Amino acid sequence: MGKWTRRGFITAGVLGGSALIIGVAIRPGNRATALSGLTTEGSESLINAWVKIDADNKVTAIVPHSEMGQGAQTALTQMLADELDANWEDVSFMEAPAEDEYANWALGKGFVLGDTPIPKIFAGSVDGLFIQVSKAMHLQITGGSLSIRSTGVYGMRVAGAAAKEVLKEAAAKEWNVKTSELTTDKGIIKHKASGKEAPYANFAVAAGHISAPRSPILKSPDQFTIMGKSKPRLDIPSKVDGSAMFGVDVVVDNMKIASIAAAPVFGAKLEKVDTSDAKKMPGVVKIIELENAVAVVAEGYWQATQALAATKITWSKTDNDQLNSDAIYKQFDDAIIGALEKGETNTDISTGDSDSALKQGKVISRKYRVPYLAHACMEPMNAVASVANGKCEVWTGTQNPLGCKYDLAAALDIDASNVTVNNYFMGGGFGRRSIADTAIQAALISKALGAPVKLIWSREEDTQHDHYRPAVVSHFQAALDEESLPTAWLNQYVDKHEPVEAPYIPYSIDNQQISYVDSPTHIPFGPWRSVDHSQHGFFTESFIDELAIEAKEDPYHFRQKLLSHHPRHLKVLDLAAERSDWGRPLGKHQGRGISLQASFGSIVAEVVEVSLIEGKIKVDRVVVAVDAGFAVSPDGLTAQMESGVIYGLTAALYGDVEIEAGKVKQSNFDDYPMVRMSDSPVIETHIINSMESWGGAGEPGTPGTAPALANAIFDATGTRVRKLPVSNYDFNIEFIEQNEV
Amino acid sequence: MINFKINGKQHSLDIDPDTPLLWAIRENVGLTGTKFGCGISQCGACTVHLNGVPVRSCIIPVAAADGAEITTIEGIADESGLHPIQQAWIDEQVPQCGYCQSGQIMSAVALLRDKPDPTDADIDSAMSGNVCRCGMYARIKRGIKRVAADSKAMVSIYNPTNGEAKESDPATGITEEVQHG
Ligand code: FES
Ligand code: FES
Repeated sequence: MGKWTRRGFITAGVLGGSALIIGVAIRPGNRATALSGLTTEGSESLINAWVKIDADNKVTAIVPHSEMGQGAQTALTQMLADELDANWEDVSFMEAPAEDEYANWALGKGFVLGDTPIPKIFAGSVDGLFIQVSKAMHLQITGGSLSIRSTGVYGMRVAGAAAKEVLKEAAAKEWNVKTSELTTDKGIIKHKASGKEAPYANFAVAAGHISAPRSPILKSPDQFTIMGKSKPRLDIPSKVDGSAMFGVDVVVDNMKIASIAAAPVFGAKLEKVDTSDAKKMPGVVKIIELENAVAVVAEGYWQATQALAATKITWSKTDNDQLNSDAIYKQFDDAIIGALEKGETNTDISTGDSDSALKQGKVISRKYRVPYLAHACMEPMNAVASVANGKCEVWTGTQNPLGCKYDLAAALDIDASNVTVNNYFMGGGFGRRSIADTAIQAALISKALGAPVKLIWSREEDTQHDHYRPAVVSHFQAALDEESLPTAWLNQYVDKHEPVEAPYIPYSIDNQQISYVDSPTHIPFGPWRSVDHSQHGFFTESFIDELAIEAKEDPYHFRQKLLSHHPRHLKVLDLAAERSDWGRPLGKHQGRGISLQASFGSIVAEVVEVSLIEGKIKVDRVVVAVDAGFAVSPDGLTAQMESGVIYGLTAALYGDVEIEAGKVKQSNFDDYPMVRMSDSPVIETHIINSMESWGGAGEPGTPGTAPALANAIFDATGTRVRKLPVSNYDFNIEFIEQNEV
Repeated sequence: MINFKINGKQHSLDIDPDTPLLWAIRENVGLTGTKFGCGISQCGACTVHLNGVPVRSCIIPVAAADGAEITTIEGIADESGLHPIQQAWIDEQVPQCGYCQSGQIMSAVALLRDKPDPTDADIDSAMSGNVCRCGMYARIKRGIKRVAADSKAMVSIYNPTNGEAKESDPATGITEEVQHG
């Protein structure tokens, strides 16, 4: 009954005898390259979107993304509801569970249908290519700012439009009129000539038996009624009265509480444990040894932490027990220099003849570096697990429920069909909650204990056992010609992850040589809000600024000149400059800086204004211009820009995870500080709806903040910040760094 | 045995008197709106009112709350509806992940009760103990100002036990029972 469209599979059916359900499985093919990174094997991935219309005309959008605060679920629901012409007041959403008897979490056992089997109507879709592709997937990630630009554009809108079409077709049949004579509005189908009108629900069953359209017609932007409006977020009311359930709030029957200490040096193993004092302490249930960690299980969290502190643990020695940050940075520097000498770098981009351009021009060389960073989600890592009789059930907040399920299955050596993951609100994700390490620990502890357990990491554990934003060193050379225009751009850096284009620049420079060298360390790493853009945004936008200074040009105008072939970028840059009143005279110890960074399909320009007050940098104002193609929820996009800027500012001003004797030195918010109310700037966001392809919102605000800040600090003080964080600089002594780090 | 009232309801807990109030509230009383963020008084996620005064419950031993009246995020709305701060948080779309917001709201309620028309500096000093990792500071500030503008009158925190309001003297921080209305 379902049909393949160019990109996906649409199918319709009836649930529980009275509800219409429409499913869309996305087959991105090679056009939607944004999705290709989601597959673990093979070249295709699936993301499903579903809509259910009940007998009482209530619409439920079933959203395959978890909510970590970005409001994606509301925006996705808006996209579906608009195409459906639903009545917004009757629309709600639910999150698809981590089930994949093909990637149809929506129809998984125990969900929507209760325990009824998968309806026949889907039988055709449960085998063949579907099952192949979904098997290769195991991923249901919220991250990479993918929600709107992939699931939303290719899934939710199509699902809404398809549902509307089958409903109209069913109504046309029943009223014996032409489909083209019907209109829809707020969940009602109308036939003007006869004056007939009826709610969608009246046709739900009949529509479920109609073959779904191959490619439903989507609205043009001028027809949008719900998209483009700032609808109040559906999850917010539960977040003001304490009722929102986060992973850490879950309680299951007979549950005990665990606190854990993993080996401080990554890679070390547990050697021996002296529990003689700890096991006698009140409330202690059991002390469990894992390969590289010790967990104390107790009646309460505090009792568990107290007993853990009293447990004497010896860890195995490792090769990294003496390693510190300086040695790592030196390793990176040496790796770049060595690889360059041997001509062994991995090429990202190689155009023109950079070497001869260097010989002919004025050469400028700079080195930058950024440290490891923790995610510091507000809610420390945690998971509830119950493992018994070869089955595992986990309750946690995860950005990747399906991946979590498969990682648990592998860790417990059981079949994934015996693993259930229940997802909850996340107190921040930022990439950290795409990794299943805590859930796996909880499962192993529960298995050893023989009872359900809630594992809560202390803040110290959270800071010291993250999967860190990688530290990176990046070396640059450029040449300026007689007119002070750049003719060569050479950039070599360590370690490439995602996305590939992170170090690329939009500026027209003929001769470019961008390459990298691998230089592994023992520090675990993972995606951190905006991934590689968080480092390269700082590097490239600092260096282009330095070239402007060398060229004795205004940094904004210098960029402008190099963007004539990128009108979309230019417009964003111009808007930020204009709204910040670029050029307005500033006070003596004040400065401003600009940055431009495209990431995850969106273009963002930021202007940061700072003051130097008693030797300290105060960030006064950040003006953001963003072109995300189209803002489904303008206020949602604005909130994401504000959030991304503060996240980027915290990192740029204070963020420094230092390695000392192989382990992380920082431990809690006292030594790993956050931007607070008192040091947060005014943030103004300006949105361009270019109607180009839709981009992400959660991440693109972050990468441009550090460079705009560093550029502003240079403007205010003459000090060029090339090694983050800013807090490592002493602005009481006025000095200007020379051409080296 | 530790006795206290939470949101007007009497509780007797037979627990180690050194247990931080936070964990007594979350695990023993079972109110999970109050959050754990750092455990060392650095983030404010665990903020509750102890006899009307905002405190970080992660570092207060439960023994110190013996005989006290505690208000948590679950106790600030009354039967007439949400507390004005809660409504302002919805109107300004303040929460992102929402994890810090119980603490933010408890700090904001106390601030507005003490200073119904706070300056930016008042807001900075009252709210800077509350970290929002999602960076919603501008919205939090707007939420507070919205309430201040909506009612220049005293904002009070409802005390469900006797229908009285609690107000604390901004100069001394001391809370006294007052008759409201
Ligand atoms: S948990 Fe109490 S202040 Fe952070
Ligand atoms: S809303 Fe996420 S930490 Fe404040």
